[in-house]
Amino acid sequence: MLIYTFRRLLISIPTLLFIAFVIFMLLELAPGDPMAQMPLTIPPEVKEAMRIALGLGEPWYVRFLLWLNQFFIVEPQHWIDQAFGTSFAEGKQRIISFQSRSPVFDTIAQRLPQTLWVVGMSYVVGVLIALPIGIISAYRQYSVFDQAGTFVSMIGFSVPPFFSGVLLIVIFSVQLGWLPSIYDTTLVVNSWDTFKQQMMQMVMPVMVLALQTTAQVSRYMRASMLDNLSQDYVRTARAKGMSESVVVLKHVLRNSMIPVVTVIALGIPSIFGGAIITEQIFKVNGLGQLLILALQGSDIPMVMTITFLLAVLIVLMNLIADVLYGVLDPRIRYE
Amino acid sequence: MSDLTTSAPAAAPKPRNQWLDVWAQFRTHKGAVLGLGFLAFITLFAALGPTLWGVDPGDLDIRNKDVRPIYHMLFDSDAKVSWAHPMGTDNLGRDIMANIMQGGRISLAVGWTAMILAVFIGTLVGVLAGYFRKADGLLMRFTDLVLALPLLPLLLVMMLLFRDPLRAAFGPENGIFILIVVGIGITSWMQTARIVRGDIMALKEREFVLAARSIGTPSRRIITRHLLPNVLSPIMVSATLGLATAIITESALSFLGLGFPSDFPTWGKILFDSVDRMTAFPERVIWPGLAISLTVLAVNYIGDGLRDALDPKIRGL
Amino acid sequence: MKLKTALMGAAAAVAFTPLAFAQEHDGVRGSSGHLNIIYWQAPSILNPFLSGGTKDVEASSIILEPLARYDNTGALVPYLAEDIPTVANGGVSEDLTTITWTLKEGLLWSDGTPVTAADAVFTAEYCMHPEGGCAQLSKYNGVENVEAVDDRTIRITFATPQPNPYGPMVGGQSPILQAAQFADCLGARAPECTDANFGPIGTGPFVVTDFRTNDVIQLEANPNYRDASKPAFATVTFKGGGDATAAGRAVLETGEFDYAWNLQLAPDVIQSMAAAGMGTPVSAFGTLVERIEMNLTNPSPDLPPETRSTAAEPHPFLSDENVRRALSMAIDRELLVEVGYGQAGRATCNLVPGPEIYASLDNTGCLVQDIDGANALLNEAGWIDSNGNGIRDKDGVELNILFQTSTNAVRQDFQALIKDMWDQIGVETELRNIDSSVFFGGDPGSPDTFEKFYADVEMYANNFDGTDPQAYLAGYTCEKAPRPETQWQGENINRFCDPAYDALVAELQQTADIDERGRIARQLNDMLTKDSMVIVPLVDRGRVSAHANSLGGVVLNTWDSELWNVADWFRIAE
Repeated sequence: MLIYTFRRLLISIPTLLFIAFVIFMLLELAPGDPMAQMPLTIPPEVKEAMRIALGLGEPWYVRFLLWLNQFFIVEPQHWIDQAFGTSFAEGKQRIISFQSRSPVFDTIAQRLPQTLWVVGMSYVVGVLIALPIGIISAYRQYSVFDQAGTFVSMIGFSVPPFFSGVLLIVIFSVQLGWLPSIYDTTLVVNSWDTFKQQMMQMVMPVMVLALQTTAQVSRYMRASMLDNLSQDYVRTARAKGMSESVVVLKHVLRNSMIPVVTVIALGIPSIFGGAIITEQIFKVNGLGQLLILALQGSDIPMVMTITFLLAVLIVLMNLIADVLYGVLDPRIRYE
Repeated sequence: MSDLTTSAPAAAPKPRNQWLDVWAQFRTHKGAVLGLGFLAFITLFAALGPTLWGVDPGDLDIRNKDVRPIYHMLFDSDAKVSWAHPMGTDNLGRDIMANIMQGGRISLAVGWTAMILAVFIGTLVGVLAGYFRKADGLLMRFTDLVLALPLLPLLLVMMLLFRDPLRAAFGPENGIFILIVVGIGITSWMQTARIVRGDIMALKEREFVLAARSIGTPSRRIITRHLLPNVLSPIMVSATLGLATAIITESALSFLGLGFPSDFPTWGKILFDSVDRMTAFPERVIWPGLAISLTVLAVNYIGDGLRDALDPKIRGL
Repeated sequence: MKLKTALMGAAAAVAFTPLAFAQEHDGVRGSSGHLNIIYWQAPSILNPFLSGGTKDVEASSIILEPLARYDNTGALVPYLAEDIPTVANGGVSEDLTTITWTLKEGLLWSDGTPVTAADAVFTAEYCMHPEGGCAQLSKYNGVENVEAVDDRTIRITFATPQPNPYGPMVGGQSPILQAAQFADCLGARAPECTDANFGPIGTGPFVVTDFRTNDVIQLEANPNYRDASKPAFATVTFKGGGDATAAGRAVLETGEFDYAWNLQLAPDVIQSMAAAGMGTPVSAFGTLVERIEMNLTNPSPDLPPETRSTAAEPHPFLSDENVRRALSMAIDRELLVEVGYGQAGRATCNLVPGPEIYASLDNTGCLVQDIDGANALLNEAGWIDSNGNGIRDKDGVELNILFQTSTNAVRQDFQALIKDMWDQIGVETELRNIDSSVFFGGDPGSPDTFEKFYADVEMYANNFDGTDPQAYLAGYTCEKAPRPETQWQGENINRFCDPAYDALVAELQQTADIDERGRIARQLNDMLTKDSMVIVPLVDRGRVSAHANSLGGVVLNTWDSELWNVADWFRIAE
């Protein structure tokens, strides 16, 4: 297993470089332009000069190599400088966003707190609710609990967040006036009051997002549990006189986790990708909003950096999922 | 079906038709039957509705804008209602019922086709990667790559490269339809692929597969007869969730200007356009929202019923 | 009786005095507390020279100030300058090649250092640096030299006579930077100065305390602001992001914010929000005109890329003036206004709807829809439905129009309405909407940019900065047509080409007399609109913003930044 993991990590390096290349070419081919958001009152020749000032006059391979150099050499050097007070990155250009002309990594770091608070929290909440719902729904198939769970999760999944989010705002912010409709990213949690405020502004976006996660994970959990509950080994275990909780929670659950682990592992990178629509509706301004603004503004360095970081997470999470398969079911072997 | 089998006890013990059994079992699942009924209704509503109703969904009638649905008469006798527009009209005076019908055609077509495409690709990749160890590395790295691609630029590039050739070959509507279906399909198969692969990897080490292999069953038959039926339930879940995702993604695409032309209603787009006027005209979000949710719910129950019906243990064989 | 009236008048005056005072703040800086502003487009940077985006320019306008600004009537008012230089007061030379500005006395930057003419000289150098990519370079058009005559006097010399010398350092787009802060940020080094770009030191009423790009700005009152009693607010939160609906809701329905910018929403939506009674929508008109542009060249995909949509291939039917005129006649502009803009729109036939001196007021022929007239015109011109398919044709050319625009709810409603109107004169329309980042992107590789114009007609809105339309009208000369040789760049997207028009533009550029300039501009406007119908103006689009009922002093200005007078805003006591 250790050798397998190590080999997979090694293979990840060329894979990621290839992914970086494909993403770059995709952005290169895409018909957007960073000047699209400038007003039409700026004449074309000024726009052309601005493009050149952004470095867009260079051919694509030069810009790709420049980005690789900045990402893999200059940025780590800069962090070392920050940590140890050295000066490796002195005078070297970090990755600069087209829109804000500021280092991309600083902006990403600024966005992480609200993304983790809202999107991360909703994911954890969603999964924690989904697992018991899935297990109970399968164990008591077609009970009232199962029917209600199915109904709520399917409705929850098929109602798009652009509708459910606004509906919550209309009810809880406009009509009742209980919750703020606009997320305050500058709020510092340092007392009971600010903590309460933070909770109040998180409730609605977390609810909207958690509903989606819950629906998805609980459906897979239920389906997989149902498959396993009818297996022969369950009958054997029961026949041996094992208690129901041991049978269900130890044997069946463990064997049912493979699809669920896959889904959860696939979901984690998307936390860091943010939730574009939900963030926009509640003005959370996390990584999702950053990414969509960068995409709309053709801010290639920003898009490139965020999507590449996501790619790293995707590759890592899928590796972890593969390793977990082996732990859950020792019959799965990777030589 | 049960009385059919019992009515001929004297006949020679003919092998019972497997599909009749499946149908018999399916019929006992109340949710599934209801789901099937609703799906048939909504499909007919969308397919035949426009012909029967005969109102062009794009027809503007600005003097009759913001007409409320007919049931508003019950609690508000002053409401602006009209039998000519039983579900009311929108802010440009377009008939909402005609739009829901026409929108249903497109949404259902896009949803089903894109979902089937995604589930097909996902299952194929998942089975191949899970079963053939040699293909696993390459296929899963490819899956990682597609997962990492940002959706918006990908669709923009597809638009750029293929819109005009497809438009020339199939006409403006069909060209866009193909583009959207393929765009949604090829960007949403990865989850299915990884789930199927995970299950296949575990299944192929089980005793019954080892037994099949040891008696020389070819790989193709092992996959189709032994492995696929056992990964059916996660595939069903993927399909149900995929249908909802495809219908909603289509509306997100029109919002970004990548979808159908603006005079083409779809459920997702009607819902999206009506959100701003949700408090004043709740019916405009309720109808398309209900249509999407109930369709997804129906498909989910049909999936449940089918899985039970196809499971020989439940069928009592 | 007379006496009584006079007395009553006096009594009324007395009675109203306290009220009138209540409309002004009490004259103590910071006494109004906290102000919340929401812009649904979030500012990325506070240096307007590095980003021409409206959101960035407006956000920076509460920190950085120019020598003079346009007020809500379009008149110049001095900000950092003592007064507006004119030929009459000797500030502008007789030959129109120099303009001399004098700074107000005792001006301080927010860090306490004095503002001098050297800062203005530096700002010009910063923007005109060849490697800087300055977004406001066109404001410095024709500038030969900027010099500091003494600490308070700035002289700008132009290479050629400038009838309108108020380009450099006038208006919200082109403020003055502090030389000390930006000294190391010239040219290619501009993006390295993140701290300066995110927190410029200015002379405006507020100072940045925290800037988060594309998210939120926190500001506090400038302790060195030139008017000791202003601003009334001590702190400001400037939130960005979301969409126009959410911004409107936050001011009008939940009252969480005090001011929301540019509510591009359907009138009935704004009305239903305003019914909640928390705030008031305000609107004002500028020069923004929503228009349909006709393609005079053939966009057929069958043509090779070298000649498609270029002057080499005239359009099969839009090159016929009668067709263009009929298309315009069939449009009911009042209906479009009612559906799309309400109080924030006026039907117009003019490309230049204001200021008054430049607006061609007698060009009103298009305001009334005339379907019968349009049908008659097409019949007369030989466009009849000869094959009975419901679409007019002539010599085998069918009137099938591909109509594109950017993705935006109101524009899609307009498309649907116009398609319906054109349907009534036997013209079939295919609609297409394109993501605005592509449509306005100018990428020469994309077929969907508005400049490339691979469609028959397209709809968008455009305006001009400040009050002088010269550069705007000069965009429609022959050589400004986008074509492969110019990498598809250029303002003349119709590929309109008329030597008489070019000559008249040249004349405008030489004319200083304001009345004569008005006459020429009106004539140019008419040549493009009612004479040739190359441009079909639809709606003169105003700006709608909203403020909370408790926020006083808001004067909506479309000629400059909306936040031009934020120093005068105050909280109305309950």
